[in-house]
Amino acid sequence: MSSETKQILTTDGIPLEVSLKKAEKKNKIKAFLLVAPLLFFLIITYVFPIGDMLFRSVDDKMVTQMLPKTFKAMENWDGQELPDEEVFAAFHEDFIKLVEDKREGKLSTQLNYTKNGFKSIIKKLRRASKKFEEGNYKEQIMSVHKRWADVEYWRAIQRRAPEFTSQKYLKGMDMYVNEEGKIVSVEEDRRIHRVLWLRTLEIAFFVTVFCFLMAYPIAHLLATLPMKYSNLLMICVLLPFWTSLLVRTASWMILLQQQGIVNDFFVGIGLVADDNRPEMMYNKTGSYVAMTQILLPFMVLPLYSVMKTISPSLMRAGKSLGGTPFVAFWKVYFPLTIPGIGAGCLLVFILAIGYYITPALVGGASGTLISNQIAFHMKSTLDWSFASAMGLMLLSGVLVIYWLYNKLVGIDNIKLG
Amino acid sequence: MALPKYTEPHYRIWHYIYLTICGAVFFFLIAPLFVIFPLSFNAEEFLSFSDGMKRLDPDAFSLRWYKDMIYGTKNPWGLAAKNSFIIAIFATIGSVILGTVAALGLSSRHMPYKGLIMAVLISPMIVPLIISGVAIFFFMAKAGLAATHTGIVLAHIILGTPFVVITVTATLSGFDHSVTRAAASLGSDPVNTFMKITLPLILPGVISGGLFAFVTSFDEVVVVLFLAGLENTTIPIQMWTGLREQLSPTILAVATCLIILSTLILVTAELLRRRSERLRGINR
Repeated sequence: MSSETKQILTTDGIPLEVSLKKAEKKNKIKAFLLVAPLLFFLIITYVFPIGDMLFRSVDDKMVTQMLPKTFKAMENWDGQELPDEEVFAAFHEDFIKLVEDKREGKLSTQLNYTKNGFKSIIKKLRRASKKFEEGNYKEQIMSVHKRWADVEYWRAIQRRAPEFTSQKYLKGMDMYVNEEGKIVSVEEDRRIHRVLWLRTLEIAFFVTVFCFLMAYPIAHLLATLPMKYSNLLMICVLLPFWTSLLVRTASWMILLQQQGIVNDFFVGIGLVADDNRPEMMYNKTGSYVAMTQILLPFMVLPLYSVMKTISPSLMRAGKSLGGTPFVAFWKVYFPLTIPGIGAGCLLVFILAIGYYITPALVGGASGTLISNQIAFHMKSTLDWSFASAMGLMLLSGVLVIYWLYNKLVGIDNIKLG
Repeated sequence: MALPKYTEPHYRIWHYIYLTICGAVFFFLIAPLFVIFPLSFNAEEFLSFSDGMKRLDPDAFSLRWYKDMIYGTKNPWGLAAKNSFIIAIFATIGSVILGTVAALGLSSRHMPYKGLIMAVLISPMIVPLIISGVAIFFFMAKAGLAATHTGIVLAHIILGTPFVVITVTATLSGFDHSVTRAAASLGSDPVNTFMKITLPLILPGVISGGLFAFVTSFDEVVVVLFLAGLENTTIPIQMWTGLREQLSPTILAVATCLIILSTLILVTAELLRRRSERLRGINR
């Protein structure tokens, strides 16, 4: 507004601009207040706990708190030769306190994670420490076991001084910090986690491809058939979509078992011998088949909603301009369905990468995914910090895809049913 | 989809191949569900069709496993069903209220940071369930709500709200806001306007969101596995345990009941969707 023009005033004499801004602000607050209850509920019960996972996955305070004086004394130690008496005395003091609280067992477990061989020498030290005399702890501790005189073990203790560690993340990628403080991979035959990550990606990728190949023709059929037929066929897509995941997995378990219907059928048509029935469950095949069928509706629905909007006259125009049906399809129809393909593939991939229930039931040992490993550490080994670290590594992968999805499709364009 | 008369033979063949592929895919989608149905009436303990069943001998069929499901000794299904329904109903109510109110705010054109907030609200649907399970477990354990119904209901509200938010915002996108202004100009207060004008119009979206939330809760097993104690067992947990230990025909009887339930939900959802499209004046 230029200064010469008179300011427009409302009836109360307030400049219109100010008044409008005020109203706008009021509306903004109103809208935000409506969203606030759910937003805060989710932030407290969901977003913060995920942050808590992040904290747990790097948290390494346990040893720091168990040996406070030792680490203080170690601050001036260069780690080249054995530490001097001051460190040994501090360690002795910390250790006596731990023995009094009966917590030295925990210390030995924790230190054993860093370097093997701590368990026995801590046990020995506990027994010997009762007869220790005052002064010259260095000599006394070193005489308990020769490992206490080994500088490697003291370096291992020093490595546990920081309150935070990336160790769990490294473990998730089958790597660790070796004695020299370098990050190295574990031996070839012990790389279980890398195998799992690769398998998860592989299964998610192929399930997505299979779903796409199967969903495209039927989505096209549903979109081009007259309403009264397509509604009927739509039920074939929607009924599995609404049916319990466990029910669908159960039906695959019945179908795929060795004495199951699929195998009976193969024997019946003479494809395989009766005494040589293939194992189709408790391996990758089981995961592939069951996950493809279960995730198929998530591919069909976005494809269908995009294809529904494509006018059939476009294909006719393509053909009338001299294209064969294949050329018309490839040059006209297919490019128009790409948004649907993107939406469906990303959705199926995101869902497949985090699958847990179906692989656990039909996947066996060779068909389980990273989620199964996370559940295993949550429920069996109780290594929650490791489970958190693996979970967050998976989550960061999913968030990248989610971001991509948002860029390509837009979150508000998700359609259900 | 009849082909025009002038179609050349080799396109004709292609067309039939295409229809066959479609038929096979539809079969792959739906057939597994129908395997469960006859097998749940099996008189024997096996999970494959007995010779009697193949001959359609009436003696080969029985309601034995349904009786076992209802009257069986030490049967967990009664408690599980009760828990499942209680949890799902409360979770649905919670999700619908929180989700609808949030959707109203989100569809306002004055809403600041719409994209960011939407992303947060939808995230429980996108984040893999196992991660949600771990995170929610940590929260509930700290809050002392692990192994309680309240804890599970809250967890299912988290998982269910994204569906309500999505369906209700979709319904509101075709909503004519002049009707609420008309109500306001006639002297109605906002709450009254919402109850009398907005809600009836968006009700189909709200209900179908509620159905999604209900099914999500009723079918949810990953998070419950972390949270539930013995007292809070639900149908999915019992099925999960049953499927891991041994596949008994009783599970198939339960599965059949669940398929019938999902058919009912599907029909309701479909009817609502059509009604909603009629109300919003979308002609297809």
